Amino acid sequence: MSYFGEIYTGAVSLIAGLGVTGKALFQPTVTVQYPWETIDITPTFRGHIELVTDEETGNFKCICCGLCQLNCPSHCISIKSSKPEGAKKKALDSYMLNFTTCSLCGTCVEGCPADAIKFSDDYNLAGFSREEFYFDLVKRAREEK
Amino acid sequence: MKIERNLEEHSLYLNMGPQHPSTHGVLRVILKLDGEYIEEAEPVLGYIHRMHEKMGENRTYAQYLPNMGRVDYLSALSYNQCYVGAVERLTGIAPPPRAEYIRVITTELNRLSSHLLWFGAYVLDLGGFTPFLYSFDDREHILDLLESITGSRLTYCYFRFGGVSKDITDDFITGTRAFIKRLRMHLPMYETLVTKNVIFINRVKEVGIITPEAARRYGVTGPALRGSGIKYDVRKNEPYSIYPEVDFDIPVQDGCDALSRYIVRMLEMEQSMRIIEQALDKLPEGPVMAPKVPKKVKPPKGDCYFAVETARGDFGIYIVSDGTETAYRIKLRTPGFSNLSIFAEISRGTLLQDAISTMGSLDLVIPEIDR
Repeated sequence: MSYFGEIYTGAVSLIAGLGVTGKALFQPTVTVQYPWETIDITPTFRGHIELVTDEETGNFKCICCGLCQLNCPSHCISIKSSKPEGAKKKALDSYMLNFTTCSLCGTCVEGCPADAIKFSDDYNLAGFSREEFYFDLVKRAREEK
Repeated sequence: MKIERNLEEHSLYLNMGPQHPSTHGVLRVILKLDGEYIEEAEPVLGYIHRMHEKMGENRTYAQYLPNMGRVDYLSALSYNQCYVGAVERLTGIAPPPRAEYIRVITTELNRLSSHLLWFGAYVLDLGGFTPFLYSFDDREHILDLLESITGSRLTYCYFRFGGVSKDITDDFITGTRAFIKRLRMHLPMYETLVTKNVIFINRVKEVGIITPEAARRYGVTGPALRGSGIKYDVRKNEPYSIYPEVDFDIPVQDGCDALSRYIVRMLEMEQSMRIIEQALDKLPEGPVMAPKVPKKVKPPKGDCYFAVETARGDFGIYIVSDGTETAYRIKLRTPGFSNLSIFAEISRGTLLQDAISTMGSLDLVIPEIDR
């Protein structure tokens, strides 16, 4: 291609490209200014897990079977339970979730026979130390009340 | 970047990576340079090795499912599909037709999102920043759609043995149709902005030549192979799922260079959209999970191989079962590994600037290569 021919094709492709980007200037903004504006998260969002309470009795639905602990691929759940004097069922003492190794796969939620755990919609998670992500879900649920 | 000068040989050793932006991850390539020309290139792997194959031997079949989203995070659903397909073949579980259609729709959406990211990142490597933002804008719509049904945006774990975890909604179907309409409108814009751009063409044309013979020798698959004029696609050559029921073409270019590979991917996006549209039209009613899936999957003794076409090429899983809850051996055949191995040969004698362009055109995802 001749020297001037190259200049011509270069200029044409430059103008064509500028035309595309120029159009974008007059289109509505698609981004939001995050800390001030937020987008609603979907109901299917998978945050860290939390315990479900039975609305009638006010107790946790958890039956302390330990299936979630067994099913977890990363071994990040550990449950402690005991049978109080005179009670028929076991009750949760602590439900520890090591969120540092959790990959939010949801195997625990799917495998739960009592539908006692669900995903939270908590995504603003930041901390200064590792210990802040060792969640005791029993404590968390009681504090929320 | 560390630069060493070898005075005896008068050649320069240059480490490209492991933190180089155009390697898209922790890949290190040791380049032996003679001026601006590459004498030898040696890819060094292992910086992000996570023992995915070994993990498969220590976890139950269901526990290994979330791993699949992490091998290749850009086309996670193809990997999901391959693993559940392999286990289903081994155990004899047959997913219902609706589940198969949903699998194909979501996988093709995932392929679109992977190609859009590659498109943006490739042009970014070559110095164009704007197309990256446009393609990410489009890709965001796919992520939103997939998030609404799978619950995650990138590392999906949506398929189950015998079906999918959740049925798709009407919103998803209308959203997907609207998205396809939108992307069809945007593809010509990408063409004006990038494909016809003189600077872009000069950077990619006749760069990184992969001859069909070399591609066969190294086991290159995917768009990199189809860019060398070989019509091979697992979806056509070894059909699985519902691909025999939908009508689509395999785009092939015989330029053997980076531009051909680029064009193949751009044409593939149109084909993916065709597949999605047909699958949405034909979508049957019914359950999304097979009725009798055991809680503990225990395949009988034996082995099986299952391959799918991911966005990057032929991905296969070989499972050896010894009749217990965990696999005896899981071998992952990833496309990126073979596609990268050819880089040493094709970059010999080329310019340093072309190395970036060649590597980008292979669409490497390093976690998938190291796995």
